[in-house]
Amino acid sequence: MLYIKCPWCGYRDDAEFHYGGEAHIKRPFDADSLSDEEFSEYLFQKSNTKGLTLERWVHTSGCRKWFNVLRNTVTNEIIEVYPSNQLPHSKAGKEYYKSNWRRQSATERFTILQAEK
Amino acid sequence: MKKPRINYGMQGLRSEKEKYSIFSLARNAFTHHENWAQAWKSPEPKTEYDIIIIGGGGHGLATAYYLASQHGIKNVAVIDKGWLGGGNTGRNTTIIRSNYMWDESAGIYEHSLKLWENLSQELNFNTMFSQRGVLTLAHTEHELKEMNRRVEAIRLNGIDSDVLNPAQIKKLVPIIDINPNLRYPVMGGFIQRRGGTARHDAVAWGYARAADSLGVDIIQNCEVTGFNIEKGKVTGVETTKGSIKAGKVGCVVAGHAGVLAGLAGFRLPIDSRPLQALVSEPIKPILDTVIMSNSVHMYVSQSDKGEMVFGAGADSYNSYAQKGSLNIIEGMLAAAVELFPIFSRLRMLRSWGGIVDTCPDASPIISKTPVDNLYFNCGWGTGGFKATPGSGHVFADLIARDEPNSIAAPFTLNRFVSGYLIDEHGAAGVAH
Repeated sequence: MLYIKCPWCGYRDDAEFHYGGEAHIKRPFDADSLSDEEFSEYLFQKSNTKGLTLERWVHTSGCRKWFNVLRNTVTNEIIEVYPSNQLPHSKAGKEYYKSNWRRQSATERFTILQAEK
Repeated sequence: MKKPRINYGMQGLRSEKEKYSIFSLARNAFTHHENWAQAWKSPEPKTEYDIIIIGGGGHGLATAYYLASQHGIKNVAVIDKGWLGGGNTGRNTTIIRSNYMWDESAGIYEHSLKLWENLSQELNFNTMFSQRGVLTLAHTEHELKEMNRRVEAIRLNGIDSDVLNPAQIKKLVPIIDINPNLRYPVMGGFIQRRGGTARHDAVAWGYARAADSLGVDIIQNCEVTGFNIEKGKVTGVETTKGSIKAGKVGCVVAGHAGVLAGLAGFRLPIDSRPLQALVSEPIKPILDTVIMSNSVHMYVSQSDKGEMVFGAGADSYNSYAQKGSLNIIEGMLAAAVELFPIFSRLRMLRSWGGIVDTCPDASPIISKTPVDNLYFNCGWGTGGFKATPGSGHVFADLIARDEPNSIAAPFTLNRFVSGYLIDEHGAAGVAH
């Protein structure tokens, strides 16, 4: 049982929440220009890390707000809870965010390129 | 005329002396059962093998067995970081069925069920395969209509499947409550009579013993820490017992598939999640069918020891912790007690979790990978046990011939690029 601290409602059992999968996945701006391989990378490939992971949760049976969590998938320890429109603040969270392959993935590069244009 | 001797169960054994039978039981009784041959050796790894299989669960051991028995490749090692069958093989609820809707799934699960039907003879090891029937319940009118449609699809693939009405279900399972005023009333169901259960440990042990007899090395407590890859081709693995060279490597590690793919430098469309099961105290025989329910997400059968074996749904979040959340068990038991009021005072003895490798389309991956001579068999998610023999059989074929046969071909990694998904989420008979 996870014991998650909702930023608005406080500590609750995970039964009150819904899992939203990996956090910070950017949807490509112009998906038509991506190859099938690149779109597959965005759509299907998972980080599924053993250890630290950044993920989204929504407090469905409470305030119904989304937020992000830094959790260790081996110990289920929750290290940080932060708003969904921000990046992690803790050192471990920042390091994980930077090292995640999605930051260097084809879809991410493509999205950044399009944003710069 | 003398009848030819049918040598079932001897393919995997070197001598008649090793064969398990009533006679060997009697022979060993004279020596107080102290001289039974070891079922498999525990050798130190050699420096080189033709093929290394990573993962000593049912699927991995079956792969090694079929490599040796079907393809004559005997310089094979199965390496496992723990003990044989200590992962999901020893943690599942042992349900076996092949009533899947899509042709591709029907192909592989029916292939597997046919192998199950002869497995105890082939391995000369009692897998306690019991074709007691698997009954899936419908609780809404819509579900019943969809079930009728699915049953026709399953029948078209030549797989036995019958729709039952509540009265027929009550006759088959007298302890079930078919009161129409229940929160989720039983409105009907469909049964695969050839489905059933088997003893999970026996499957791992049977394959291990048969593979060992053919010369396969089974190496336990040896964790893979990396792959040696030269020019895009795997040449061996690094382990906690040193590096081992290999011509080909097959990886069958369920929940840790993503971790090993990461070591080899590619990614998988897999999420690893906890799936829980629990057993009650043993009671007298009251349930001789496997009951599954999609809507309330509960499945139950009675083991030969008398324990009621319950399975629940997978947890929603990714985890490698081999334990899940209590609310999943609570929900499942509430449904079980509503359907079977007799269970209300049953005490639960143990609960546990396994880490299952779930795919976006709830179908497995049996595939070549971006690294040459490295093969992955994963993504079985919540329903891999039933496929153990078939999975090993087609995976051995893929590794030996370097190309998938017609049963394995739809389950490549490439389907996540081509979009040819085999979406079994709704069609499999139980939610994943």
